[in-house]
Amino acid sequence: MTVHSTLQATELVSGYGASPIVKGVDLTIPRGRISVIIGANACGKSTLLKTLARLISPQSGSVVLDGQSIGSIPTKQLARTLGLLPQSPIAPEGIAVADLVGRGRHPHQKLFRTWSAEDDAAVAEALEVTGIADLADRAVDELSGGQRQRVWIAMALAQETGVLLLDEPTTFLDVAHQIEVLDLLTDLNRSKGTTIVMVLHDMNMAARYADHIFAMCAGELIASGAPAEVMTSELISDVFGLDAAVIPDPVSGAPMVLPRGRHHVLAAPAATPAA
Amino acid sequence: MALPLAPARPAPSSATTAIHLGRRRRARRRATALVTLGVILVALMAAMLLLGKTIYPVSDVFRVILGETVPGASFTVGSLRIPRMITGVLAGVAFGVAGTTFQTMLRNPLASPDVIGITSGASAAAVVSLVVLHASITTTMFAALLVGIATAALIYLAARGGESTGGRLILIGIGIGAMLDAVVSFVIQRAADWDVAVAMRWLTGSLNGSKWEGLGPLALAAVILIPLILLLSRDLRALELGDASATALGVRVDRTRLLLIVAAVALACFATATTGPIAFVAFLAGPIASRLVGPGTSLTIPAALMGAVLVLAADLIGQFAFDTTFPVGVITGVLGAPYLLYLLIRTNRIGGSS
Repeated sequence: MTVHSTLQATELVSGYGASPIVKGVDLTIPRGRISVIIGANACGKSTLLKTLARLISPQSGSVVLDGQSIGSIPTKQLARTLGLLPQSPIAPEGIAVADLVGRGRHPHQKLFRTWSAEDDAAVAEALEVTGIADLADRAVDELSGGQRQRVWIAMALAQETGVLLLDEPTTFLDVAHQIEVLDLLTDLNRSKGTTIVMVLHDMNMAARYADHIFAMCAGELIASGAPAEVMTSELISDVFGLDAAVIPDPVSGAPMVLPRGRHHVLAAPAATPAA
Repeated sequence: MALPLAPARPAPSSATTAIHLGRRRRARRRATALVTLGVILVALMAAMLLLGKTIYPVSDVFRVILGETVPGASFTVGSLRIPRMITGVLAGVAFGVAGTTFQTMLRNPLASPDVIGITSGASAAAVVSLVVLHASITTTMFAALLVGIATAALIYLAARGGESTGGRLILIGIGIGAMLDAVVSFVIQRAADWDVAVAMRWLTGSLNGSKWEGLGPLALAAVILIPLILLLSRDLRALELGDASATALGVRVDRTRLLLIVAAVALACFATATTGPIAFVAFLAGPIASRLVGPGTSLTIPAALMGAVLVLAADLIGQFAFDTTFPVGVITGVLGAPYLLYLLIRTNRIGGSS
């Protein structure tokens, strides 16, 4: 059912107005894997994701889906392959969970064709997978932040796209809900092979949940690869300008970043200059 | 055998059934509300034809509708009441659809064309055209349309950029609307041959003096633009989720929004040029209709029906409920003003709108 697609960017330059934010990025999103874009604030990671999702058109270069520039693919057809969960989507007042999730069916519906049994099944499956089937008739505005994020993910699932882009899906959630959402996305990736690309702020979550890391700095892609290869003290220093130790996470085995600040550091290196 | 505390996970088919039933239940509520609104509208339409200084037998009214000549009734019903009723229905439908389109697209109940000054622009253009330039009805319609679109563009450009565009757009719109209302008052004060009926029409909106001849442009606009908005109503529901989500769902956001704005502004302007700016119908129709049909569905048709119901009911109240007659806009104004205040206070409390 899911179409496995390859998403690529070549010499991508994009941004708002005169000065570009993404300055010449080449990348290929690994198919059927979870990729995470990391970087400091204002490094262009969100702009990169938005350009991949055709919310912003490239100033030069291109975003290519299965060999075709996304600007030239009819928008509805593209929406059946490439899904996006934006950072702050807006739920209409009082809308029921099932109805909001049903809006994900938009690209599958024809102009005069009404709601079909297929649509019902897709919505039901999306609600099941996200574990919110029992909330189907509840109003979205009554739900907690974690539940609401599940509803939005369910809407993106009902769209049945092979590629799903998410812009900081864990930002407003507490740590338990962050793990819940990331586990859910991993389930989805493993059970359906959905290609997932997301921007995450938390380096440790990124290192743990990503199959592939794209690290950005000042609008350029400076590292790309498996977390174990890419997440090093040097990279953290380059990307964030932060002195940090990187050790294997005792829980997952993934790299874990331990920042060294000016305070609360056990044995300060002798060379540290006084401020 | 299973863990006693494990939640019973329904089979996919039963979840599908449950979701299907939930959707059906909401669809039934919507259908009930629509039928009820339709019945009320038909009753009001009948009342518009039957009530008046002279009450003709129902059979006479029917014969007039069928085109027969009935002494007395042919003029009163055929030339006065029927055009008044049709004008009321068309204006109500146009205002209702225009209002709910703006409110849905901008995700704010305050963002209706009569609150943000667009109908004031159309009204000012119409009054200058008719009272000062003595232009024809067709010229007046186009003047109202052009100035209404220009007003919308001006508000949009002034409010553009930065955070909270929606909130700023509304405040700027209210300001521009106040200026344009002053233009209307000024022209009416200065007009040599001004009479109360004309003045009231352009200040608050009125169905007095509605004639068959004045109906054409509004009817044509309604016939062309309402189907267009209905075609776009599913895209409009995607736009409601934010531009990013709408794009992700395959909607061409800029093109869809432009079409919807032009269609809604044109509807509001043609209605305004025909009846004057009937206060708050565009503003009230969508929110009331939404309460009736329930959340989450398209409001285009419910708001159209609600707009017509509001206009006809308010006109009947204005004509018959008091010792003196009031134009329809006075009655809708009395209904709408408290709701506007309520929304402004609520917006203020939740710290602006997005």
